[in-house]
Formats: sequence, structure tokens, C-alpha cells
Amino acid sequence: MSILVDKDSRVLVQGITGREGMVRTQLMKDYGTNVIAGVTPGKGGTDVYDVPVYDSVEEAWKKEGPIDISVIFVPAALVKNAALEAIDAGVKLLVIVPDRVPIFDVLEISHLAKEKEANFVGPNTLGLLSPGKAVLGMIGGRAERAREWFRPGLIGVSSRSGGMTSAISYYLTEIGLGQSTIVHVGGDAVVGLSHPEVMELFEKDEQTKVVAMFGEIGTTQEERVADMIEQRRFTKPLIAFIGGKAAKSGTRFSHAGAIVEGLRGSYETKVNRLKEVGAHVVDLVSDIPKVAEKICKGETR
Amino acid sequence: MARLFEFQGKKLLKEAGIRIPEGEVASSPEEAFHIAKRIGKPVVLKVQVWVTGRADIDGIQFAENPEEAKEKASHMLGMRVKTFIVDTLLVEEKLAIKAEYFVGIFVNDGLKAPLLIFSSVGGTGIEEIAKAYPEKIAQVPVDVVRGLRDYEARNLLLKTGISGRLLLQLSESLVRLYRTARKYDARSAEINPLVLTEDDLVYAADCHLVVDDYAVFRHPELGIEIAREFDRPPTPLEKIAYHVEEKDYRGTFYFLQMTEEISKEQKYIGFNGAGGGGSMMSMDAVLNKGFKLANYCDTSGNPAASKVYRAAKIILSQPNIKGYFASGSGVASQEQYHSARGLVKAFYEENLDIPGVIRLGGNFEEKAIEILANYLKNVPAKVEGYGRDDSPEYCAERMEKLIKENGFACHEVTPICDPVVPAEAYAFETFTGNIFIDHSRCQSCRTKGCVDACKAEVLKIDRGRPVLAISENDAQKGKCTECLACEIYCKFHEKDAITIHLPIPGLKEYREKVLKGTG
Repeated sequence: MSILVDKDSRVLVQGITGREGMVRTQLMKDYGTNVIAGVTPGKGGTDVYDVPVYDSVEEAWKKEGPIDISVIFVPAALVKNAALEAIDAGVKLLVIVPDRVPIFDVLEISHLAKEKEANFVGPNTLGLLSPGKAVLGMIGGRAERAREWFRPGLIGVSSRSGGMTSAISYYLTEIGLGQSTIVHVGGDAVVGLSHPEVMELFEKDEQTKVVAMFGEIGTTQEERVADMIEQRRFTKPLIAFIGGKAAKSGTRFSHAGAIVEGLRGSYETKVNRLKEVGAHVVDLVSDIPKVAEKICKGETR
Repeated sequence: MARLFEFQGKKLLKEAGIRIPEGEVASSPEEAFHIAKRIGKPVVLKVQVWVTGRADIDGIQFAENPEEAKEKASHMLGMRVKTFIVDTLLVEEKLAIKAEYFVGIFVNDGLKAPLLIFSSVGGTGIEEIAKAYPEKIAQVPVDVVRGLRDYEARNLLLKTGISGRLLLQLSESLVRLYRTARKYDARSAEINPLVLTEDDLVYAADCHLVVDDYAVFRHPELGIEIAREFDRPPTPLEKIAYHVEEKDYRGTFYFLQMTEEISKEQKYIGFNGAGGGGSMMSMDAVLNKGFKLANYCDTSGNPAASKVYRAAKIILSQPNIKGYFASGSGVASQEQYHSARGLVKAFYEENLDIPGVIRLGGNFEEKAIEILANYLKNVPAKVEGYGRDDSPEYCAERMEKLIKENGFACHEVTPICDPVVPAEAYAFETFTGNIFIDHSRCQSCRTKGCVDACKAEVLKIDRGRPVLAISENDAQKGKCTECLACEIYCKFHEKDAITIHLPIPGLKEYREKVLKGTG
């Protein structure tokens, strides 16, 4: 198995007739994703690469049957409504690709998602990919590259950087270690599925034996993953890299950061917390495959 | 994040019905005098800067009368606070304070909700107070759809020991602050201190509002010039860069200047990253080698070649940098030859005098590296291209070696010359620039390779000369992707007949100032 997306997942594309929507629909189809329909209000009745286009998610659902996942490619200002529409129609997983979605819109999406027991990846995500099965979003850029760079295997990858999601997975492939699913959780301050939620899914996934995580300064995601390890809610070996060691700290933390979170969010707190609970924290991204190899060979865990 | 000054934030609080001290802003001692006179009571003068702890640096001072206000203002205006030069003071009535509280609303990434925090002790050093008196502090997440209800605010206050009439006064302030934060898309909204005066009135004595960058477009009324997180006003070069980004939605272009003064002795480089994570990793690699960054720049998300070109021109407007370092994640999904062409055009126009290490790993990296190698042979400094199998650390080492080989030479900023094109040249507009083709040179061109180079297929051959294959309108709307391939091909393989003009408003003047030494 893999997490979040499989070769049978039934996928909808919202904003399918736009510049990005069209290009990425082709990528997803070429890779093998089961794209069953698209939605662009006002463009119903047309098609994009043989994918039928509907005016609404509800209509697509009625005509094509149940939809598991919606990948959203509409302009940032329209994301909230597109996401709410999909969740209301009953879609349980959204992948919100666009950048610059207002933060209160994300909070509203999250609110409804919680109510309807739906999840979302992003915003500001390159998407996710289960090697050999399906891609959601734009990871890999082209299907033939995605096939070359990512191979099926035992390592789960979760990253706050889109480029590094690909980079880490590629470096793993290069030394012969495949991936279960690779997830770009999104670069924004508030995202749907963040590292801790992705770890929860990897924990349950039988295929995933080891997880590689690319963290960054800011937010409390990595510290919360450390909490999970401490509470034995995440028990698989974790290899972590935290970016931004050299960045100036302090500027983005207001009083509240200090009051609510103590000193969470900085490079040091993330690294120290993760080390404390026994995660493998590496100084170089290129060390991730080396450590993963050792773990897979049983030389460490 | 777009921060508001205290006086701007207070205006919004007042609109929402929160009481603020009577006052106005002054930008001269005389203005401070007149405001103090009009208020007719002792006043407080506060520098308007985005730093906390102003009291400790004499950024907050009291005056008993207008003359004293004028005298103090003359010292405070022009004061340097970090990189800020104080040019505005808030002159307000001095409050007779009985008690101080803290209230803040912050979007919390873990809860995915705004978190309302109240402390019944407030004022300077709130972090330490919070540690010392945890029982005085309470917090509650707010339902973002429903909003904050009065009773929720009261329950929160009760937990911190507030009661009686004060409970009603403060809960009203909390609800109003939440409404303000929500209305203006504030990622954080703080009042510290919220005060109770001797005559039992509640006032916002300070205000700190940070508007979500991504929602600034909804609030033109706030007049935010640059929707970016700054702890100081933007530099002139940052303003130029921001306007480039604003005008071009294709991909990301983020430019932050780390210093405006670079001496010849210092080991500064121009930094051009791609993607947040990859940039950070690359930045760590060069910093570990002892380099300093003159700027932090990120061109990613599949930017047009023209955008990368502009980024390079802006980076190369910083005198005395010793190298140009570009590096992203290493395995980018975007087609990397666009970035390569952008850099090529910028580097040959600039006649690059400092070495460049360009790590363009990802889709079509081989082609990208080849483009750099082929077309930058003749610039004075050495430019090396690298791909996904070359680590940032290795690239940082190369940067170091090349700078050494170049004798630690410093970059000299050159004036920007507008392109010279014959008046009768064939011309059309692109999304952010103009393309000129000197057809008189095309007659002797054998290959007409510009047409093949253009993957967007906007050119065709008509009577032996390249012309638009699409309407002028379509070219301007973005069908011409400004990939720069036609110009580069023509320049290096044929008659140098094509000129693509990509203006950067303000850069010419900026460089003139730099050259005069007044930048």
C-alpha cells in the first residue's frame, strides 16, 4: 500500500481548463493517475485530454460516480470556494496546489474539512506521488521524469519544500531505495496535512518502513512530530533534515510565539527535540540516503 | 507579513470601537508642539518603528508641555533604530494607568485556528511575566466561521481572575479586537498593554497588527506598498524588485537585500536560490564556507526566462559582490533551460566580471548546463553549470575556488544602456517587454533558426524574414513566453538581429546613484 493516493483512486481536477490545470492533467494521466473528470464552472460539456469537464463537483459526481480526490488549480482568490464546494460534495481528500491563498481562507477550509472528516494537502504544494501508481499535482514535471526519478519502495517522504520532496526521493532512488509515497505538505504557515498528520498515515501504512522528513524553521510541525515519537504514536525510524540553520532567527517570532510555544520554531529547538527522542537528524540532505540504507540493512534503526 | 505601524493599527481599533488615547502623528518638532498644545495635557511621544522594546532605547518619552514635546521630538526624529531612521512620532495624551493587560490573537498552525490569548498582567516583558505567573494567562481557539462570542471572551477572562464591571469592559474589547483581526485578515493582532485608567476606562495603549501578505489584495484601503515580511522599510532595490514581481505572475521572484553597504574586503556574494527549501539548504552551504549573502533571492515555480533575467540584473546592481551563486533543490520539476537563458542574457549584457556557480538540477538540466557553457564562453569571468548530482556543498567549494582564481575581484556595477535598434526594425510587444528584429540583417541569415528555437511557435518566416505567426494581441497577452531562445540563437549563431528589451523600472536610475556613490 501507499498513503493518500493509489492507482485506483478516482481523481477530479478543479480548474481543469486553465493553463496549469491542462498541463498537469496531462502529466497525471500520462503517469497513470485515474483522472475521471474535471470541473470549470461555465465550461461544462467540453473535455480536456479526453477527460469530461463539468460545471460543478456535484454534477461530476452524479455523472461519473464517487470522487475520492480533487486536485485544485484555480487562482488563489478562488481556492476557498472551490475547496468548500468539493468538501460539501463529499470529496474526502483535496490537493490544493496554488500559492498565495489567504490564511483565513485556509482556516475556513480546515473548519469545514474537520466537520466533514475530509483532509487536504497544501496550499502551496507541488502535490504527492505514490511511485508506480499515481501522481497528484505536479511532482516530477513530466511523466517520464517522474518514472525515472521515483521508484516504488519502503521509504516514506514528507517535505515542506516542493523541490526537496523530489530531490530527496531522487537521491534515494539513486542508491536503490524506493519510496512508498512522497508528500509535499506545502510551504505555507498553515497547511492541511502537516508533518505530524502525514507521520500518522505513514505509521499505519504497511509498505512504509522508514520515513525521511525535510523540515524548515518556523511553525511547530517538527516539534509536534518529536512529541509523537515520545508518546509512541510514531514508532518507525525517522531521518530528518532541518533547513535554515543559518537564517536569522527572531524576526518572525512575536510575543505570542514565546508565550504559547515556549521557544519552538527555531532551528535549535527542532533539532534538539528530534534528537532527544531518537530521530536521526542529519546535517546534509545527501546524508539522508546513507542513513536510510543503514537502517534498511539493519545496521541501525 | 505586512506590518502596520502603531498609529495605523490604532486607527483600525478606533473604527471598531476600541478606545484609544487622543493623539496624532508628527514628522517634525513643530508638529509635535502643535499636537501637544491641542491635546492640552501631558503627552507621550512614541517612535513609529517595527521593533519591540522601544522604551529601553528611549523610543518612548513623556513631555509635560508643548515646549518639552518639541524639544524631545527634535531628538527622537532622525534617531536610528536598527536599520530604521525614525521619521514619524505618535504624540498622544499621557494616560493615568491603574492596571495593564495583554491581549493577542494569533493564527496557530497546530490548531489551524486563531488563538486568543489574554493575560491579566501585561506590559513590557510579557514573555517573562507569562513564565512567572502562568495562572494569569488563558487562551482559547476561536471558531473561524462563527467568530468570537461575548461569553467565550468572558469565560476566558474569568480564568485569569477578571470580574465585575471590568469583565464586561474587557470582553467587549476582546470581541472587537477579534473582529478587527478578521476583517483585515491579520495573522496576528496584539494590544500590549491594554490598560485600565484611574477613571476606570479601558484603552488600547499600543497596537501591533500584521496583515496576511496573501490577503493584502483585499485591503487596498490599508495602502500597503509591499506585502512582505520586513522588520524595516524596504530598500530602494527591494522596491524595484517587488514591482517586477507584481507585474509578472509567472513563477515566484522574491528579493531580499541583506545589506546595502559592502566593502571591498568582505566576502559577499549575490545569491539566487530556487524554491524555499532548496534555497535554504544552498544558503546554509555557502554560509558554511564563510561567505556572506548580499541578498537572498528566490526564482522558482517555473518562472519565465525574462523574470530570471531581471532577477540577475537586480542582483548584479550590488557593487563589490565577489561571486554569483545560484542553486535550488537540485531536482526541480520545472524546465531548467528557461532559467539558464535568463542568466545567459543578463550575464552577457553585464559582461560578467565575477565568477558564477549555477546549479540548475532538475528537468532538462543537461540542456540548461549546455546553454550556460555554450553562450558564456566569452564573458570575462568563469561561469560553471551544475546538476542534480552535484551537491550544494561541492558547488560552494567551487565558488570559493573560482573567487580565489579571480583574485578576489569585486563586482563593478555598470550603467544600464537602453538597447539601440533601428527605427525601421520589425517590432512587437510581449507580456513584459518588446522584441525588435532588424530585418535588414535577416537577408544574409542562412538558417532562420530563430523560428525553430521558439518553442511557443510565435514566429514564422515570411518572405525570408521572421515575423509573428500569431496576432500582436496574443503575443502581448503571453503567447510569447519570453523564453529568450530566439535572441540567444540569433546572437550566437546568426546575425545578431534580434533584441529583446525587458525594462526594469527604476533600475537605471538606481545604478546611476550607485555609480555616483549616493545609492
